Amino acid sequence: MNAAVEFLSVSRHFGQVRAVDRVDMTIAEGSFFAMLGPSGSGKTTCLRLISGFEKPSGGAIRIFGEDMGEVPPNRRHVNTVFQDYALFPHMNVRDNVAYGLMVKGVDRRARHGKAEEMLALVKLDGFGDRKPAQLSGGQRQRVALARALVNEPRVLLLDEPLGALDLKLREAMQDELKALQQRLGITFVFVTHDQGEALSMADRVAVFNEGRIAQIGTPAEVYDRPATRFVADFVGSSNVLPPALTQAFGGPARWASLRPEAIRLSTGPEARAKGRVTALRYLGAGTRVALETGGQEIAVLVPAGVPVPEVGATSGLTWDASALHVMEEA
Amino acid sequence: MHSDARPPLGLTLAAIGGLLFLHLPIVLIFLYAFTTEDRSYQFPPPDLTTKWFGVAWNRADIWPPLYLSLRVAAISSGLALVLGTLCAAAMARARFFGRDTVSLLVVLPIALPGIITGMSLRSAFAIADIPFSTWTIVLGHATFCIVIVYNNAVARFRRLGSSMLEASADLGANSFQTFRHVILPNLGSALLAGGMLAFALSFDEVIVTTFTAGQQSTLPIWMLNELVRPRQRPVTNVVAIVVFMATFLPILAAYYLTRGGEETAGGGK
Amino acid sequence: MDSAHPARGPGDRLTGLFWSRPKLLTALLIAPPILWLGVVYVGSLAALLLQSFYSIDEFSGVVVPEFTLKTYAELLVPSNYDVILRTVAMAAAVTLASVALAFPVAFFAARYAKGRWKAVFYLGIMLPLWSSYLVKVYAWKLILAKEGIITWAAEGIGAGNLLNAVLAIPVIGGNSLSTSYIGTFLVFVYVWLPYMILPMQASLERVPTSMLEASADLGAGGWRTFRSVILPLALPGVVAGSIFTFSLTLGDYIIPQIVGSSRFFIGQAVYSLQGTAGNIPLAAAFAVVPIVIMLVYLTVARKMGAFDAL
Repeated sequence: MNAAVEFLSVSRHFGQVRAVDRVDMTIAEGSFFAMLGPSGSGKTTCLRLISGFEKPSGGAIRIFGEDMGEVPPNRRHVNTVFQDYALFPHMNVRDNVAYGLMVKGVDRRARHGKAEEMLALVKLDGFGDRKPAQLSGGQRQRVALARALVNEPRVLLLDEPLGALDLKLREAMQDELKALQQRLGITFVFVTHDQGEALSMADRVAVFNEGRIAQIGTPAEVYDRPATRFVADFVGSSNVLPPALTQAFGGPARWASLRPEAIRLSTGPEARAKGRVTALRYLGAGTRVALETGGQEIAVLVPAGVPVPEVGATSGLTWDASALHVMEEA
Repeated sequence: MHSDARPPLGLTLAAIGGLLFLHLPIVLIFLYAFTTEDRSYQFPPPDLTTKWFGVAWNRADIWPPLYLSLRVAAISSGLALVLGTLCAAAMARARFFGRDTVSLLVVLPIALPGIITGMSLRSAFAIADIPFSTWTIVLGHATFCIVIVYNNAVARFRRLGSSMLEASADLGANSFQTFRHVILPNLGSALLAGGMLAFALSFDEVIVTTFTAGQQSTLPIWMLNELVRPRQRPVTNVVAIVVFMATFLPILAAYYLTRGGEETAGGGK
Repeated sequence: MDSAHPARGPGDRLTGLFWSRPKLLTALLIAPPILWLGVVYVGSLAALLLQSFYSIDEFSGVVVPEFTLKTYAELLVPSNYDVILRTVAMAAAVTLASVALAFPVAFFAARYAKGRWKAVFYLGIMLPLWSSYLVKVYAWKLILAKEGIITWAAEGIGAGNLLNAVLAIPVIGGNSLSTSYIGTFLVFVYVWLPYMILPMQASLERVPTSMLEASADLGAGGWRTFRSVILPLALPGVVAGSIFTFSLTLGDYIIPQIVGSSRFFIGQAVYSLQGTAGNIPLAAAFAVVPIVIMLVYLTVARKMGAFDAL
C-alpha cells in the first residue's frame, strides 16, 4: 500500500518549546488515520505541518512521495476541515463550497454544479443560497466538509471535526464520516483528544504525548497492548501496574497494563489476587469497582447483572493470563 | 452588554443632558446663517433672511480655499488608506520585533498635540528648504490620517482571524487571490469607512495646516481668518454649514458601513 | 495524479516565496508606512528637537546653530513658566471635567442603551467627535458672546446679576464669557468631551453584566459595586480618554485665541514665537514641553493597559 503522508524525523519548535519533536510516521493511502492526544501534545501542529500552515524546523514531510519542503499550502493536494469551520461569512453556502474551484478558474456554471453535487453528498441540498450565519453548527460543519472535498483532495485533514457538536450529533457524524471515507476511498487524517472517537472511527491511531508519538497502531493494538504507561492511562484508563505488582500478579518484574473489563471478581480457587473494595461507581452498562491490593488501586468493570460486592468487602480477582499486557518500555 | 434593570432616572437625565450639550451648539450655527444682523452675534436674531447663501455663493474668495481643501483631503485620505492598510496587514500577520514601537509610531501623530506635528514639519521644511505647496499640507495630513485607517483596518483584521485566510490558501488560492476574494470583501467597508473619516479629518484640519500651508488658504484657514477678523458674519456661518456637512455626511456614511459589517459578523458568531 | 499542483504564474510563485520566507512579506507590508512615518514624522520631530537646542543671538536675532541649553533655561523665566503652568492647569481641569461629564453618558450608552437607542447614542457621540472642530469653536463664540444666547438667557430668567458676579471673579472672570478663562474652559470641555466618552464606553462595555450581578449577589450595594467593580474596570478607558483631552488641550492654540483672555497658552506661544517673533529655537523648546509631558503620560498609560481601550 502506498504512503499518503510520511514524516521523516519531523520537528517543529516554537522558540524553546518543542511542539513536535523528531516524529516519524507513515499514513497509508486510503486509511482513516487518527492523531490522538491531550492538548499541547503536538497532534494539531502535525496536522498543520501536513497542510503547510506550519513549516518543520527539522526533518522532512512527504506527501505521496514528494517532498513538501518548498510547496506552499495552496499547491498541496490536501484540504482541511477547520475546527471553527472558517467559512467565508460574506459568501453564501454555494460560493463557499465552490471557492476552491473558483480560484482554479473553473467557470461559474461548472463550479456551481459541482458545489450542488457536494452539498448533496453532505445532505445539504437546497441550502446553497443561505449565508453561513443562517446555519446551525452541524450544518456549518457539513458545509466545511463539502468545501474541503470539492477540490477532490487525496488527503482530507480534519481538525477536531466533532469537537463543537453536541453528543447526539457527534455520534451521528462519526458514522457519517466513516461512511463517507469508505465511499470516497481517500485518506482521512483527523485530530482528536477524545479516545472513544479515535478508536471508533480510525483504522490506525497515533497517540501523541509531549511532541512525540507514544504509540502508533490499530485501535485494538493501542487499546489492548499499550506501549507505554501514558498510552495505557490515556486510552481507556487501564490499570497500570508497577513491576512489583506485575510480579505478584504472575508476570515479569516490568510495568504492565490490565484492562478493568478483563478482570472478573471471583471468590473461588481460580482467584489470582485479593483486594478490598474501596469504591463503587454505577455506570449503567456495568459498575466500576475499585479495589485496593498490594498498596495499589485496581479498577474492575463488572457487567450489569453480575452481583457487586459492598464497599469494605474483600473479593478475589481473576483474569486470563493473556490479558496481563507487559509493556515494552516504562 | 444588556441589563434588564431600568436605569436610574438621574442617570438617564444626565446622559440625555450630556448628548444635548454635545449637539445644541451646532444648531446655533444654522440659526445665525439666517440672521439679518451681520455685525454682532445678537441673540435672538432681529429677523431672518436667506440672502447670505447667495452672498456666500458669489464671494470669489471662498472658492479657491474650498478647492484646495477638497484636493488635500482627497490625496491625504488616499495616501493614508494605502499606508494604514499596509501597516494593519503587517500587524495582523505576525508578532515581530518592534511591534509595540510601530503601534506607538502610528498613534503618536494623533496622540501628540497637532501643534507639535505642525511645528515639527515647519522646522523640517525650513531645514530642508522645501517651499510651501499643496504637498507640504498633504504631508502633514496624511501622517495623522494613517492612524484613522489603521484603527479601522486592524479591528477588522482581528475579527477576520487567521483561520479564514488559512482556509483560502488550503483551498488553492494564492496570496493575491486570498486578498481579492477574502480579505478585501471583509475589509472593504472598514476601509471605506476609514477613508471617509480620514477625508473628514483632513478637510476640517486647521492647526497643523497653519504651519504647513504658508500663504495658501484652505477652507478652515479661511474660516479662522474670518473668526479673528469678521466681515460678514452670517457668510462665515454659511461656510461653517458647508464644512459641517462635508464632515457630517462622510461620518454618517462610515457609520452605516461599519455597522452593516458588525451585524454580519455578529450574526456569524 | 501528482501530489502538488504546479505553480500557475507569478502570483503562485510569489506566494511560494512569501510562504518560505514569511518575514519577507511582513517586511514588504510594513516598509512603506514605517518609511513614511519615520521620515516625515520622526524626521520632523528630530528637526524640532534640534532647533530647541539652538539659540537666538540677542542682538542680531539670527539663529545660532550650536548646541546649548540656554533656550530651555529661558522656559524657566517667570513669564514663560507661567504659560506652561497655566496650560497644564487648564489641561488638568478640562480632563477632570470631561471625566465627570462623560461618565453618565458612557455608562448609560454601555449598559442601558439597547437597539435603536444604542444607535442614537453611538451616533450622538461620534458625530460631534468628528464634525468640524472649527465649526464647534465658532458655535461657542456665538453662545458666549456678550450679546449672545447665554447673556440673553441669564437675563431672561433674572440671573443676569449672577452672570456678572461670576465674571467679576478675579483671574477666571473677564469682560464677557468669550474673553474669560471660564469661556476657554467650557469650549475645551465641549470640544474634547467625545474623546473621553468613547474609550470610557468601550471599557465599560467590557464589564460583563454577570460580574455586576455577582457583585450584587455578594451583597455589595450600588455604590460598592460602582467603586470596587465598575470604576477599576473603567479606569483604562478613563486613562485612554484623558490622553486625548490632556494632549489636545496642551497643544491647542485656536480655542484660546478665539475664546479667551489675551494671556498665552503653550500653543499660542509656539505659534507667535515661530511666526512674528521669529524665535524658532524658543518656539521649538516650548513645543517640546507637551511632548515630554505626554511621553510620561503615555508610558504610564501603557503600563495600565489603556491602549487596549483605544
